[in-house]
Amino acid sequence: MKRWIAYWNIMLKDMRTYYLKPPNISWGLIFPVAWTGMFFVKSGRGLESILSLLPGVMAISILFGTTSMLSVTVTFEKKNRSFERLLLAPIPLELLMLAKTSGAILFGTINAFVPVFIGLFLADLSQVQWLTVIPAVVMIAIASTFLGLFIAVSVSEVFEAQTFSNFFRFPMIFLCGLFFPVVSLPVFLKPISFMLPLTYGVDILHGAVQGDNMLPLWVDFLLITLYCVVLFFISLRNIYRKWII
Amino acid sequence: MEKKTLTDPIGDGKPFISVERLTKTFGKVVAVDDIAFDVHQGELFGFLGPNGAGKTTTINMLIGLARPDSGTIHIAGSECTRNPKAAQQLIGVVPDESNLYPELSGFDNLCFCASLYGILKSERQHRASELIKTFGLEEAASRKFGTYSKGMKRKLTIAAGIIHRPPILFLDEPTTGIDVASARQIRQLIDDLHHAGTTIFLTTHYIEEAERLCERIAFIVNGKIIAIDSVHNLLQPIQDKKVMIISVSNSAKELHQKLAVKFPHLTFQALSDTQIRVESDQAISVGSLLRFIEDHGAEVTEARRIRPSLEEVFVRLTGIELNIMKKEKEKDKGRNSL
Ligand SMILES: Nc1ncnc2c1ncn2[C@@H]1O[C@H](COP(=O)(O)OP(=O)(O)OP(=O)(O)O)[C@@H](O)[C@H]1O
Ligand SMILES: [Mg+2]
Repeated sequence: MKRWIAYWNIMLKDMRTYYLKPPNISWGLIFPVAWTGMFFVKSGRGLESILSLLPGVMAISILFGTTSMLSVTVTFEKKNRSFERLLLAPIPLELLMLAKTSGAILFGTINAFVPVFIGLFLADLSQVQWLTVIPAVVMIAIASTFLGLFIAVSVSEVFEAQTFSNFFRFPMIFLCGLFFPVVSLPVFLKPISFMLPLTYGVDILHGAVQGDNMLPLWVDFLLITLYCVVLFFISLRNIYRKWII
Repeated sequence: MEKKTLTDPIGDGKPFISVERLTKTFGKVVAVDDIAFDVHQGELFGFLGPNGAGKTTTINMLIGLARPDSGTIHIAGSECTRNPKAAQQLIGVVPDESNLYPELSGFDNLCFCASLYGILKSERQHRASELIKTFGLEEAASRKFGTYSKGMKRKLTIAAGIIHRPPILFLDEPTTGIDVASARQIRQLIDDLHHAGTTIFLTTHYIEEAERLCERIAFIVNGKIIAIDSVHNLLQPIQDKKVMIISVSNSAKELHQKLAVKFPHLTFQALSDTQIRVESDQAISVGSLLRFIEDHGAEVTEARRIRPSLEEVFVRLTGIELNIMKKEKEKDKGRNSL
């Protein structure tokens, strides 16, 4: 019980102090809208292209809404030493890191539905399989958050965390099948694509929205879950090794 | 190193904090070098040493923020070397630098810290208001912590350290870098906590502070504990010494040599051109001394007895001049006089 009070309040504090700030909220709105607009214009087709763009835009919204958050909630707090307070709290490190990430996961999940909400007015979303979309969105949010966590615990400066996360994020837009199918990528880029967790999350979304997934959905789910677990435990190990000196 | 614990002031036999053969190195620097000590329940234990002596490193190992290279730590019966989480519910920590959240208000910071220990909301708020009042921070309670002055920050950091009423409190240089009045207030609070039964581990480089507050003190220099005992016992060897400082109008340096010839049973030392220190195992007859000085053409402006202090003990044991402690100079790594 006591642990959950701590868990809840850590998450709540991060939400209040970092996530629910006007810049983050507007970023969460503007970014997906801008990307949708860009690809919409580029596709040159009518409103029917919305459905094929939706999975990519949702993934981008999640990716940008989560990864950079960890550079504040973790790297910044490590830098100003307030993170030490959390390390001193009588809760297991696993639970602490879940508390530090669940705010970002929630924020990313909500972000994903901003383009969906816009899409509702522009296209017919009746064929979308929501029961697959929702878990896929949550898994993408978890995977991108843990990627952000991995970056945040690997560096010591906030700017490094941000630079490093862009180093991952921008190539992922093009490599993970967000807007261009992975199968159409040059042969030498394909292996990289299959090494990135987002590829599997986006594949599920494509399947759920338009039924054009390249791998069976259970394989996608399995692989992205595996990525989450591995990223989380590598991050924990890095904290043990680097922060408890 | 052998434990030098002499007595158990509480009498229940079991130490609350027990440290054996603790060592920590950073690269080539041996920050903490094979130290051992016990702290008993309800005791106020002081860790006194110059900059870089290894005080913070020791605290960090005790609270679980640093991993010892070797040695064992037991806190309230739990083995904490391998499982640093074991005792964390019982301990409160006040670090050397304030580490609260700059963007939260003072009040919210306290409530947040309380929540980390699983305290329910109504109690958190009650306790936070209570501490804000105790520390006289009512005016600033709703202001962001980032806007606080240094002294206010320190006070709130102490409040955050005790918000969950920990039976064991670690204080890392609680009065360094703040003004005299705030420092006095903080010392009073530490004293109150001690009398309320909290076991306190305090580091400081102020000798007077250690002497005034602590029951037992460990002197730590270059990562090694040089002496560890009750203040009373540490003072014992110099307890019977009689010491006087005589201030003269001029030429103390010449005078002290003449004095040494005339009064061979006393020890004289010229502290400056106007101050002479006199030390003896027996009572000093002041009258004859003053007459002698005045007969040699100097005027005595002041003569006062001084109480034997821990400062002297520290200087005798460590060979470290007091100005090094006071001026917070970086320690001289090569020097290891004991
Ligand atoms: N993270 C670290 N990396 C390398 N060396 C360190 C580290 N932390 C401490 N040291 C070294 O260990 C020694 C002891 O440092 P420590 O901070 O424990 O001293 P201290 O007694 O707390 O000093 P102060 O009074 O200045 O706070 C110093 O020589 C310091 O340079
Ligand atoms: Mg220190």
